[in-house]
Amino acid sequence: MRIKFALFCFIIVFTHNSFSAAKIEHWQTEKGSRVYFVQTEDLPLVDIKLTFDAGSARDGYQFGIAALTAEMFNTSAGSWNADQVAQRFESVGAQFNAGASIDYAWLSLRSLTEKKLFNKAIETLKTILTQPGFNEVDFQRIKKQTLAGLKHREESPGAIAHINFYKTLYGDHPYGHPTGGLIETVSGFSQTDVRDFYQRYYVAANAMVVIVGDLSKQEAEQLALSLTAELPQGQKPEAIPAIPGPSKAGTQNIAFPSTQTHILAGLPGSHRKDPDYFALYLGNHILGGSGLVSQLFKEVREKRGLAYSAYSYFSPFFRPGPFTMGLQTRNDQTAKAIEVMRNTLINFIKNGPTEAELTAAKKNITGGFVLRFDTNRKLMEYVNMIGFYQKPLDYLDTFQSKIEALSTADIKDAFQRRVKPEHLQIVTVGGR
Amino acid sequence: MKFRDILILCLCLPALAIADNNKVHEKILSNGLKILVKEDRRSPVAVSQIWYKVGSSYEPGGVTGISHMLEHMMFKGTEAYPQGEFSRIIAENGGRENAFTGRDYTAYFQTVEKSRLEICLKLEADRMRNIKLVPEELKKELQVVTEERRMRTEDKPRAKTREHFQAMAFSNSPYKNPVIGWPADIAGYTVADLEAWYQRWYAPNNATLVVVGDVEPTEVFNLAERYFGGFEKSDIVDVKPQTEIEQFGARKMTVKLPAKLPYIMMGYKVPTLNTVEQEWEAYALEVLAGILDGGNGARLTSRLVRGQQIAVSAGAGYSLYSRLDDLFSLAATPAPGKNVFDLEYALKNEIYQLKNELVSDQELQRIKAQVLAGAVYERDSNFYQAMQLGMLETIGLSWRKVAEYVEKINQITAQQIRAVARQYLIEDRLNIAYLDPQAIEETQSTQAAAGGRHAH
Repeated sequence: MRIKFALFCFIIVFTHNSFSAAKIEHWQTEKGSRVYFVQTEDLPLVDIKLTFDAGSARDGYQFGIAALTAEMFNTSAGSWNADQVAQRFESVGAQFNAGASIDYAWLSLRSLTEKKLFNKAIETLKTILTQPGFNEVDFQRIKKQTLAGLKHREESPGAIAHINFYKTLYGDHPYGHPTGGLIETVSGFSQTDVRDFYQRYYVAANAMVVIVGDLSKQEAEQLALSLTAELPQGQKPEAIPAIPGPSKAGTQNIAFPSTQTHILAGLPGSHRKDPDYFALYLGNHILGGSGLVSQLFKEVREKRGLAYSAYSYFSPFFRPGPFTMGLQTRNDQTAKAIEVMRNTLINFIKNGPTEAELTAAKKNITGGFVLRFDTNRKLMEYVNMIGFYQKPLDYLDTFQSKIEALSTADIKDAFQRRVKPEHLQIVTVGGR
Repeated sequence: MKFRDILILCLCLPALAIADNNKVHEKILSNGLKILVKEDRRSPVAVSQIWYKVGSSYEPGGVTGISHMLEHMMFKGTEAYPQGEFSRIIAENGGRENAFTGRDYTAYFQTVEKSRLEICLKLEADRMRNIKLVPEELKKELQVVTEERRMRTEDKPRAKTREHFQAMAFSNSPYKNPVIGWPADIAGYTVADLEAWYQRWYAPNNATLVVVGDVEPTEVFNLAERYFGGFEKSDIVDVKPQTEIEQFGARKMTVKLPAKLPYIMMGYKVPTLNTVEQEWEAYALEVLAGILDGGNGARLTSRLVRGQQIAVSAGAGYSLYSRLDDLFSLAATPAPGKNVFDLEYALKNEIYQLKNELVSDQELQRIKAQVLAGAVYERDSNFYQAMQLGMLETIGLSWRKVAEYVEKINQITAQQIRAVARQYLIEDRLNIAYLDPQAIEETQSTQAAAGGRHAH
């Protein structure tokens, strides 16, 4: 059925005369895996992502086990050792990756769609997912590499700031520790821990398949089924618990021998089903999310030359991820930079954006909307987000109208309710 | 450069498609501005990049980093579009923009919905000739660049080691200087320095405009003519060659910095596609880099990280597209219980094997399969396609070399790889830096809520 590929040589340019956001098709396999598919036919390639609710929020007390388990997918599988697995992908030009974030873990594959190449890549991917080797030699090696990575992380004042920022915001909640884990926790892992984590979370009911590329729907159906059919059905884990917000402001200063101090300030912000999400997103765009034209950039860098980068963003997770403001500045300017950052925020919360700022932000977001998914890879990431958080399939189609509908009052109201300066947590690393 | 890669099995199909689909349209205005346009109709977007033939390798002593500083100042406004207007207008049009400076180029870019291309060209043309350099703005921006240097280099042990390593490896080539410049040079820039640099290099006949996306080439040419066409040609005095002198014997250094892990960097002086006498040698070095580090299945990861387990990470790289002779580099982090000297021995052993044994056909085919597939994958990104065209043109190779890449790689044989290893990866051309980690003491002080914060 690979007619389209053969045609590719003759029909040289596919022209879209009208453009709309992608048509996302969605179904569920018998075992309960959710599948999301978008057909794109201009290039003979496909991007596939297998996503599991198995991110670091599922670590329990074993901080780092989700990430280490994902890393183990880069080793042996079925009857192949790690070299053979890597070489199987490379021999067909396929690119394989696996990793974990806070909410989820994934295996991803980019492959050409030419049958022979594609089939070899898919067979390898499927074997990795359903028959991972997880042998002791590979495990000990990956553990050593992970520990070295964690040690390397301690060279970076920026990384230390992020770890402590999450710890300050979330404490003992599953969002409170770094995805990579800690040296103390990872040191204690055994091969059995990885197997247990895999068996608990890498199950059909907890799986999602995202396919974006030059396949027919029928091919996508077969592919999704074949990838997940041999997984045990299992069940979805309980939802991640709610987050108790901070009740008072706090500052944590960590001395570090760097020439700059890294400053992070924020609090638990917004989540993926948040009714305020668009108001917070649009407001933040004006405050610190729009690069060279944001308020923070202008106040910190353009007017005062205090930092190279100054920004803010919401990280919407399943539960409220952080609202983060950040910059790095020469050690002796730390107090001044914090003051500018805080005043910019307080001012924004108190007054909201101006009509002119709102209009400019809306124009930026809607005028450049197509840039958000102008490559196969970017589109796949959007579909992955829509699928994992079960957003409506027309999320991209309605995005712009939701932005257009917001007023300065909506933004001010959302910020006043949701971003309370009296709860602001500040972490600094540097100063020595 | 990122390694791309291949596919023998379906060589004919995608290769044909690529050849026809990859057409680049070229036009040179009478003032010398070169325009390259590539149609990609997959999305209604366009990327516009303007590349100037100037970067840190053009800079004399005392003003290192001035190309990068000027890049920052190019956002500071003109008579027609004062401070902030450029970025405000691009943002209002939904665009994404920025700029980057390298050793051999300075480039500015915008990505927009296709109907907004005109405003990008209009603004970009304006600042090619009309930038206003003001002392107060320079003073602030100097601080910004100093912070940038702290962030990128001063507080990153490996980046700082790399800076020292480059400075040792090159004797007289400008590649010895960091792109961002040395601290004392950054502190000393004056408006006059920047003005002179701007006048010397920012001219239509020293630039290439690249547009990739859902665009009509003739329309892009017309727009370029409208906005850039009125500018006069400049007399561009070519940069002096500053060809690196020959190295006689290995050079080694230790860099002691607060860090947690040791690290080794090695570099052999090699020619690049732009400097090599026989072109195949450069492509053979490119494939050789792939043999060592073309993915998880390549030799360094397979042998040093997995097999011998003496490294927790190991990599190799070759810059095919540098303007001047460059380094073929290797870098690795030792596994616990191993040290940088174990790694030096192991890396040299890998080089030794490349000189003494032919790489297997299977290995070679794997690299080529990756390169061929990579040629399809990279077409997913307009930005990357534009980057390639702009970069090759700017370093002095023709953009036509982009299209030759897959075929040239395909022609490389195991004998040729052995030959370049024997000729260039030799002790007399070698440079080594060891990062010797010094203790980091972290102390923590937490202050609980400072109550009574006020809104002002």
